[in-house]
Amino acid sequence: CFGTSEVLMAGADGDDSLYPIAVLIDELRNEDVQLRLNSIKKLSTIALALGVERTRTELLPFLTDTIYDEDEVLLALAEQLGNFTMLVGGPEYVHCLLPPLESLATVEETVVRDKAVESLRKISHEHSPVDLEVHFEPLVKRLASGDWFTSRTSACGLFSVCYPRVSSTVKAEIRQHFRNLCSDDTPMVRRAAASKLGEFAKVLELDYVKSDIISLFTALASDEQDSVRLLAVEACVSIATLLPQEDLETLVMPTLRQAAEDKSWRVRYMVADKFSELQKAVGPEITKNDLVPAFQNLLKDCEAEVRAAAANKVKEFCENLPEDSRETIIMTHILPCVKELVSDTNQHVKSALASVIMGLSTILGKDNTIEHLLPLFLAQLKDECPEVRLNIISNLDCVNEVIGIRQLSQSLLPAIVELAEDAKWRVRLAIIEYMPLLAGQLGVEFFDEKLNSLCMAWLVDHVYAIREAATCNLTKLVEKFGAEWAQNTIVPKVLGMANDPNYLHRMTTLFCINALSEACGQEITTKHMLPVVLKMSNDQVANVRFNVAKSLQKIGPVLDSNSLQTEVKPVLEKLAADQDIDVKYFAQEAISVLALA
Amino acid sequence: MPWSYLPAVCIKMSAISATEKVDGFTRKSMRKAQKQRKSQGSSQFRTQSSLVELSPLPHLKDTPSTEQQVLFVQKLQQCCVLFDFLDSVTDLKSKEVKRATLNELVDYVSTNRGVLVDSAYPDIIHMISTNLFRTLPPSENPDFDPEEDEPSLEAAWPHIQLVYEFLLRFLENPDFQPSTAKRYIDQKFVLQLLDLFDSEDPRERDFLKTILHRIYGKFLGLRAFIRKQINNIFLRFIYETEHFNGVAELLEILGSIINGFALPLKAEHKQFLMKVLIPMHTTRGLALFHAQLAYCVVQFLEKDSTLTEPVVRGLLKFWPKTCSQKEVMFLGEIEEILDIIEPTQFKKIQEPLFKQISKCVASPHFQVAERSLYFWNNEYILSLIEENIDKILPLMFGSLYRISKEHWNQTIVALVYNVLKTLMEMNGKLFDELTASYKADRQREKKKEQEREDLWEKLEALKLQDVSNSRGLQIAQNNNNNNNSLTNAEEPNTSAAITDSVNSQTFNCAK
Repeated sequence: CFGTSEVLMAGADGDDSLYPIAVLIDELRNEDVQLRLNSIKKLSTIALALGVERTRTELLPFLTDTIYDEDEVLLALAEQLGNFTMLVGGPEYVHCLLPPLESLATVEETVVRDKAVESLRKISHEHSPVDLEVHFEPLVKRLASGDWFTSRTSACGLFSVCYPRVSSTVKAEIRQHFRNLCSDDTPMVRRAAASKLGEFAKVLELDYVKSDIISLFTALASDEQDSVRLLAVEACVSIATLLPQEDLETLVMPTLRQAAEDKSWRVRYMVADKFSELQKAVGPEITKNDLVPAFQNLLKDCEAEVRAAAANKVKEFCENLPEDSRETIIMTHILPCVKELVSDTNQHVKSALASVIMGLSTILGKDNTIEHLLPLFLAQLKDECPEVRLNIISNLDCVNEVIGIRQLSQSLLPAIVELAEDAKWRVRLAIIEYMPLLAGQLGVEFFDEKLNSLCMAWLVDHVYAIREAATCNLTKLVEKFGAEWAQNTIVPKVLGMANDPNYLHRMTTLFCINALSEACGQEITTKHMLPVVLKMSNDQVANVRFNVAKSLQKIGPVLDSNSLQTEVKPVLEKLAADQDIDVKYFAQEAISVLALA
Repeated sequence: MPWSYLPAVCIKMSAISATEKVDGFTRKSMRKAQKQRKSQGSSQFRTQSSLVELSPLPHLKDTPSTEQQVLFVQKLQQCCVLFDFLDSVTDLKSKEVKRATLNELVDYVSTNRGVLVDSAYPDIIHMISTNLFRTLPPSENPDFDPEEDEPSLEAAWPHIQLVYEFLLRFLENPDFQPSTAKRYIDQKFVLQLLDLFDSEDPRERDFLKTILHRIYGKFLGLRAFIRKQINNIFLRFIYETEHFNGVAELLEILGSIINGFALPLKAEHKQFLMKVLIPMHTTRGLALFHAQLAYCVVQFLEKDSTLTEPVVRGLLKFWPKTCSQKEVMFLGEIEEILDIIEPTQFKKIQEPLFKQISKCVASPHFQVAERSLYFWNNEYILSLIEENIDKILPLMFGSLYRISKEHWNQTIVALVYNVLKTLMEMNGKLFDELTASYKADRQREKKKEQEREDLWEKLEALKLQDVSNSRGLQIAQNNNNNNNSLTNAEEPNTSAAITDSVNSQTFNCAK
């Protein structure tokens, strides 16, 4: 039995510092879950106080017994035990941690199990090769032949960490266990095995990859459940990377071709989603012969999900095509599909395409971009779905490098204006975020002429989130265009709002000043902004007044000590005597932060 | 799920109305109203367009009986041609021919005797498989909420419905021979049928439910397999995806399967109860199938009352912590269990159970409080409480007494008064004692709470955590040879100097 009482007595004996530890241990058994959880999170503290010996002989057995606890407690326990090596006495004792982690690896709840496996993987590296064979590998075997599927699923994640460091007989056993799990009767286990297939292949000797892994891969890729088949696609990437080029055609390609045409869209989706990795793994020749037509099919798939996933990969796929035939392949095979996708019926497909299509311009060069891509960009800029337009606008930098943004600016402007006034504030918010980027691309002149008024209009938007984003946007613009530009174009407009009849707009002035003072520097702040702030301290709305106090606190560091003493201090003192409690509070806070007391 | 869309920001073009411009939000109900009931085509990968137009064959009933069998098979083959129903203008004539033929086939197998000759089975099953077994399409709405949203309906339903109808009549035909059919209605067939339970179309799931039930009834050899596969579907639902549209239907079938289990229950069945049905209570969409689930659980308890304790403890383990709606469902299920509980079983679980009920009664959510207080309207539960009043009253008293003064909702306060009164009548003496000690008990609890907080603060002050992250690891190593490191604090340590300094920091800094 675990000696809490002993520790408690130590506490009672007058060693005050031990008492909390006793309590922690006691709380591990409290009936309130939250208290058990708090305590288990301090487990390393307890272990440290107990010392390595008692941690091994008393604490760990006690913890092993509590495995039927709530999942939340178990999760915390599983995590903690992964970092316990030193606390049980270093690598030579690390195997003491295996029994509790083994039990945790068999519980029902997935997050707990996964965490236990993660911790087991972590401490496996701390085992000596001998300990690995004596303690760790038997545990893996027990899990792999467990009755209930949970232990077998957990086992799948442990093969690859012990395989490289055990003797060849044990290696053969491990391979056998993995084979068994790949053809397990429970789909959950086959899924776990399929998801670890790539990882396991990486630690196997090449001969076994060819003999064992390929047959497992082929079997899993034609499993009756699509949820298993799609995981084989992931493994395909690792396996193809491991094999020499000349073996790919016979060992991998038949399965990959079959996956790309699978009857389940989930599998085809996975192929589309992993396309770039697959492309790199199989190399340029197979890409030319096999992947190009497969990719075309995915771009034309009957399910929008698959088309969207493929559309997302268009740029990467084109980029990674072998240089000698890149342009031809794009122009004759890919671009026609892309053109169709621009007018796809599904907005997610169009939007996925819009997020990458601009990247094609760097690959195709100026002339092709102007002739073939520009019409597509323009069409997408006019798309009915705002997300599509936003995605085009957010990627303007790629096209700017190739053809200059001027080619687009005529169409760009109406698109931006429309988004800027969209009914959904989230759309407006999204376009604001691209303003600094656009400003950089379009240059100060174009900006002043066309976009500045939009940026100012957002300051008086109905939605606070927009006003806030607009304020932040101004700061970024000033960082780009400089203080002088700010003084001429922005500051007057911002300060003008200080006299607005709507107090929300007057507050926006203050928020802008907070954001801009640093970027604008001492001179502009003292000369132009400070007087306005000070004047606003007489505002009749208390919210404005306490924001004056907050603003003063914020811009204080930018000001010189003279203005602080002669101008700021009296105003803050006045506000500190305000009748409104909040105004007082913030004025006092500002006084103390600025050390004006 | 990897294949669902990224949470799309609710961006949709529509005419900009003034109200929308102000807050940008539209009420969900308004958006709903705009949406049409959608129908969806099944994901038939690259459906081949039917190049040949179907032409009607002669009617079966106008054909001499000697030739009927040949024609029947021809018709079955004709019905293997699939059509794209999302395209409502193509193949109109052929679609109509197939519909009429299917109708005729349904009629043929349901009204005629002696039509199911052995040689027809492969063609029948082939026609059914070709039409029904398909990959279900991705959900139109990735955030599909079965409680709120209209389901997407199967576009090809005009044909598919008739095929289901045909399958059902085929199974129910008095001449139907399971021994012949089992070569075709095999594990693979069942597996594909089970996959279809994920269909979003409730009409389809309804047919599937009846059909699977018939198959379970007629094919003894498939029973264990069906149960195992349902098991797998549920486990995947609980632990992997939390998404499967046909859970309620499968549970409904199971309800009647459980009903037929022989006693004593096999270990396999008990495992199913404890490892599948009980954890299923944790899933997000519980509201959609809770009634069926609770029915299954109660069926088990009616079969074998010794399962009561593990079941109730299981439910208590998974008791919802944040979702009041689920809590109400759990309370409902507990009442169903209490309705049939044996008094000896009740004694085994009364303590943990009433600790939980005591928390529910004090819930700030009035529906939770109300649902648990309703237990006191149940005669049988009342009799159980009365029998064990000396155990239960102390567990309940604190919560009841407190909320009788504090609860914001007047209905709850009134209910609590009634419950207190009932309990007082059951054991007035104990009630008075508890009333008398209430204040002292609360104070003791508060003091304990305070002590705990102080201790945590003290612990923070010790900053043991920091030590263990950096230098602490070294002490752990250095202390390897000490049998009891707890004494180090008091005894001068002879090992490495660092141990000394860290220990003094660790154990002596709190005053």
